[in-house]
Amino acid sequence: MNKAVEQGTALAAQQGAVLIEGRGVHKTYRTLDGEVQTLKALDFQIRAGEFVAVVGPSGCGKSTLMKMVAGLLPISGGELELSSKPVRGPQTDVGIVFQSALLLPWRRVIDNILLQAEIRGLPLAAARDRAMALIQMAGLAGFEQKYPWQLSGGMQQRVAILRALLHDPSVLLMDEPFGALDAMTREKMNVELQRIWMTSQKTVLLITHSIPEAIFLADRVFVMSERPGRIVEVVNIDLPRPRSLDVMGSEVFAGYAKRLRAHFFAAGSLDA
Amino acid sequence: MKRWLTSPALRPIWLLVTLVLLWDLSIRVFRIQPYLVPTPASVIGQLVQEWPTLWRETLPTLYATLGGFALSALIGVPIAMWIAYSRLVESFVYPLLVFSQSVPKVAIAPLFVVWFGFGVFPKIIDAFLLGFFPVIVATVQGFKSIEPDVVDLARSMGARPFKIFLKFRLPQAMPAIFSGLKVSVTLAVVGAVVGEFVGSNSGLGYVLQKANGTFDLPLMFAGLVILSLMGVVLFLVVEMVERWLMPWHASQRHDLQAATA
Repeated sequence: MNKAVEQGTALAAQQGAVLIEGRGVHKTYRTLDGEVQTLKALDFQIRAGEFVAVVGPSGCGKSTLMKMVAGLLPISGGELELSSKPVRGPQTDVGIVFQSALLLPWRRVIDNILLQAEIRGLPLAAARDRAMALIQMAGLAGFEQKYPWQLSGGMQQRVAILRALLHDPSVLLMDEPFGALDAMTREKMNVELQRIWMTSQKTVLLITHSIPEAIFLADRVFVMSERPGRIVEVVNIDLPRPRSLDVMGSEVFAGYAKRLRAHFFAAGSLDA
Repeated sequence: MKRWLTSPALRPIWLLVTLVLLWDLSIRVFRIQPYLVPTPASVIGQLVQEWPTLWRETLPTLYATLGGFALSALIGVPIAMWIAYSRLVESFVYPLLVFSQSVPKVAIAPLFVVWFGFGVFPKIIDAFLLGFFPVIVATVQGFKSIEPDVVDLARSMGARPFKIFLKFRLPQAMPAIFSGLKVSVTLAVVGAVVGEFVGSNSGLGYVLQKANGTFDLPLMFAGLVILSLMGVVLFLVVEMVERWLMPWHASQRHDLQAATA
């Protein structure tokens, strides 16, 4: 394939400054039965412009990790920095996409996207222009005035992604964003997300259950163990960009899949 | 013409007409004495003949109902919000509210007459006592129905608690609040009449009492007809406000689809 692109992307990711850094970050929940450790001490670095996917079995603390990076959950110890500043309280330079689209049913598509600007007190006229441009980019033109229930699941999730991009955050956090979609829509959305990532140059942290999705999209894949979660391996995905869905049939791809899957079979868990 | 006859708005009226015809028919077939059940014709006769009196007595009942309903909404919604927001308040207040609902209103209504006299005020309280509980139950449920992820989403946007309330929680709770209000308004009518039953010299409840005392069954039925109509009309008014405030809600989607198609 295109060697120059491959090297270019890999280089960009390597050269980018460290944007998210965790040193010994861990999480312990207090429950009635005492303390439950969800995440063992994690050390990781995510560079600006990098696409990182996190895979792991259910309940391994993937979502907890994402919420801690977003500042929505306090860390129990260690250090966690975003843009060289410790994460304390909800971070505003991030856009979050959850598993369900979480569109407000009383707002039309355009108003759901503009909610981001409204809450943040950004100038609305400029935000509206940007929202319209994003809608064009995502192929949702003509749906601005629809209510969420008039959209398919894939379209709803695209709107949720646009809402997360409206304020042009440097980090996009996604917690199993396509988990609720059917397999075919999911693949389309993966291609879509790659395109959005390549044009917007955001740093993406994608939590996912799907090994193919992680390989297809990510520069690096963090593999997490069962609870209490820790990062057991970081796999560099060396596939040229832009990746087409055909790449999923390639031997290199199958090799990565086998390598990732080995972790979960070894751990006796099949749900990843 | 045919479509007009079968339109959804007219369906309950056709059912009503059928029931009235059955009523009339059973009186004739089973030879039911008029002092037991009056004929529809005599009820309509009384409605027309006594209309000025009936209308004059409708107004106090209407005022008491509206007053009780307004109090139910104005006091019920904030208390429910308080309960939904604080577990401590919930654990103190909610069981007590449930307990208060098992106290028979008819039994304590005379007490309000002793305390507040024969005016409209005790009736308002009776209407309130019946009307506020559904508002609270529905509103608490409405505020609690928000997904935790939505709150996280709001926080990631930098929303402070008041903004989360205004932009996320309140709109989310609105459909539930309105279903509570719709139940409340029909119960408020009952509450007002209970108040008039136990101590009053005006209102439809008073008319019912008097008609009952003089065995004027047609007049009593006429009063019941007006009371029922009042409940229906108030219910429809609340529903119209709901439609106006929430054109997006699932219960109204087929209208919207028809409008956009």
